[in-house]
Amino acid sequence: MTDTTSSGVVAPQSAPVVRTVRKGMWGTGPGDVSGFGGISRPVERHLRASRPYGAWYDEVVDRFLSLVPGLPDQVNTEYQELTLYVPKDRLLDVVRVARDDARLRFETCTSVSGVHYPDEPGTEFHIVYTLLSMTHNRRVRLEVTVPDEDPVLDSVTSVYPHVNWHERETWDMFGVIFTGHPGLTRILMPDDWDGHPQRKDYPLGGIPVEFKGAVVPPPDERRSY
Amino acid sequence: MVDDKDTRDDRVDDAPTHAVVDDEPRDATDANPRRAMEYLVQGGDFDEVVAAQRQRGDETVVINMGPQHPSTHGVLRLEVELDGETVTSIRPGIGFLHTGIEKSMEYRTWAQGSAYVTRMDYVAPIFNEVVYCLAVEKMLGIEVPERADVLRVLVMELGRISSHLVAIGTGGMEIGALTVMTVGFREREMILDFFEALCGTRMNHAYVRPGGVSIDLPENGLARLRTVIEWLHKHLPEYAGFCNENPIFKARMSNVATMDLAQAMSMGASGPVLRATGYPWDLRKKQPYCGYEGYDFDVITWDTCDAYGRFRVRLSEMWESLKIIEQCYQKLEQTAGQPHMCTDPKFGMPGDLTVGPDGQGNSFAHVKNVMGQSMEGLIHHFKLVSEGFRVPRGQVYQTIESSKGELGCHLVSDGGTRPYRVHFRDPGFHHLQSVPTMCEGGMLSDVIVAIAGLDPVLGGVDR
Repeated sequence: MTDTTSSGVVAPQSAPVVRTVRKGMWGTGPGDVSGFGGISRPVERHLRASRPYGAWYDEVVDRFLSLVPGLPDQVNTEYQELTLYVPKDRLLDVVRVARDDARLRFETCTSVSGVHYPDEPGTEFHIVYTLLSMTHNRRVRLEVTVPDEDPVLDSVTSVYPHVNWHERETWDMFGVIFTGHPGLTRILMPDDWDGHPQRKDYPLGGIPVEFKGAVVPPPDERRSY
Repeated sequence: MVDDKDTRDDRVDDAPTHAVVDDEPRDATDANPRRAMEYLVQGGDFDEVVAAQRQRGDETVVINMGPQHPSTHGVLRLEVELDGETVTSIRPGIGFLHTGIEKSMEYRTWAQGSAYVTRMDYVAPIFNEVVYCLAVEKMLGIEVPERADVLRVLVMELGRISSHLVAIGTGGMEIGALTVMTVGFREREMILDFFEALCGTRMNHAYVRPGGVSIDLPENGLARLRTVIEWLHKHLPEYAGFCNENPIFKARMSNVATMDLAQAMSMGASGPVLRATGYPWDLRKKQPYCGYEGYDFDVITWDTCDAYGRFRVRLSEMWESLKIIEQCYQKLEQTAGQPHMCTDPKFGMPGDLTVGPDGQGNSFAHVKNVMGQSMEGLIHHFKLVSEGFRVPRGQVYQTIESSKGELGCHLVSDGGTRPYRVHFRDPGFHHLQSVPTMCEGGMLSDVIVAIAGLDPVLGGVDR
């Protein structure tokens, strides 16, 4: 991620991966009466950068690649933040060297967050770890994908004990199972809750707002653009 | 009652009706044989419970502290296992204030998000807004005007003082120093009054918007700011006088809830908790944002690694914040008349939104300017309000140094007018994990001090 001390020379990006295409002027909601129903716009995601990545990124990526055998050289440098795409069976190796190697030395994992892409078969859940190196004043993001059929991932609590609650939250919100976690229970939702609310197919809920002579539908049924 | 008795398990016959006894037999394989026999005390006549407890010779009591307990800074539940007054096990339970803010934001425009995030950590709401807006601006690739940055720094530092005042004040109240709370809230009131004059609300401001801030200083804003600065200069020394060398205060705080640098690192601590171990890690210095590199201030550290050190760090940080606020005052004088919002009509609302003398938001001049003179402004206004602006696809993680530690915002966009995913890394959420590390083996009374030293706000913890 952003290194404030170095001038950010950012690598060129490779071709975008188009996953979905938006059609019409409106995304959801009532029918399109604007006459622009034929418009189709691709939604591009997952740009992968090509070498040289710029700034300190090459050095850190090379170090990761040399210490973790089998780690593919898949990197994103969008918005001057370094993202490493890590296969899920390499995650524990990566975080272990990230913490222990003196030239990497990412002491803490500050955040774990999930993202649900229901339109990506086989890689529905993206789990995003943000590591912080206080020694080198750097951040790096690790992105791991797991499929919806088998949402199982190694817990990194053995390396970073403080991701305990973050992983519980990710389990609670997305239903991703972290094997090796000391107590993977719900944390924000009640213990007997059914479902995982941050999944895209989980409804937001809500009731129509009624005025005199008019009804505004709940937020998830309103027109979006 | 007789019928009732017949149906009960005879093993609990002599137990009082409101003391629930765990029927599970002792298990030889249990690592802690004590755990197998526990009373769950839920109020009522404590004498009966004590009598039943004495009969069993089982000394461990599990107490459910919270979520309504006044000393836990909001709806925090602590499951405490006690051996006498010693805490043998403590597990924080959260989620009682989970309101699904992150999910709701996926159904609102990017600009509306500011009004959602401000409700997370409601004691320091400005920080949530700033980190969210910085993340959005990073993806949009826009620069905010200098005056907007100065105003952001101003409200953030005022927010830091007011948040630290609550932390110190309520923390003091919980250990019996009620005066610290009353004077703390008095000073906080001055700051909230300034916020009210600035943007109309005392809390939950939605003042910082993607592209800048919603509104410039009011006409007498600088004069009001001067009043606040002078007030704080006069009254901030009182805390040091009350607490710093107060023997009771020191006895309750010193060597309590200790966490040294190695522990703080393994628990991923940040903010005053980390700086109380002597490590000068402050994102305002290390990874500056909002032009913090242009301000003169020091990073405060302390070396005792305990609750008292955290208190002293907060106390001194308020003075550093005051230093920054005075520099903001000068910068605001220099940048008078400059825009406070990004001038790109795709992001900034057209017209200069000002509060009229009647206190209403939309002045006649503003409406007249947008609706009567500028067709382009009218179109932009309509598009911004109905549709909102689009943010390029991708993801960012933005952090700032909030009053409680590292506040992070992970934003994912699919190129639409709404966030695809928003995730907040709240320092309180992260820090509460270290409660067992700090409290187990200590006294029950020290749990209160430990929680107060972490300064979690459950609105931010649960989101």
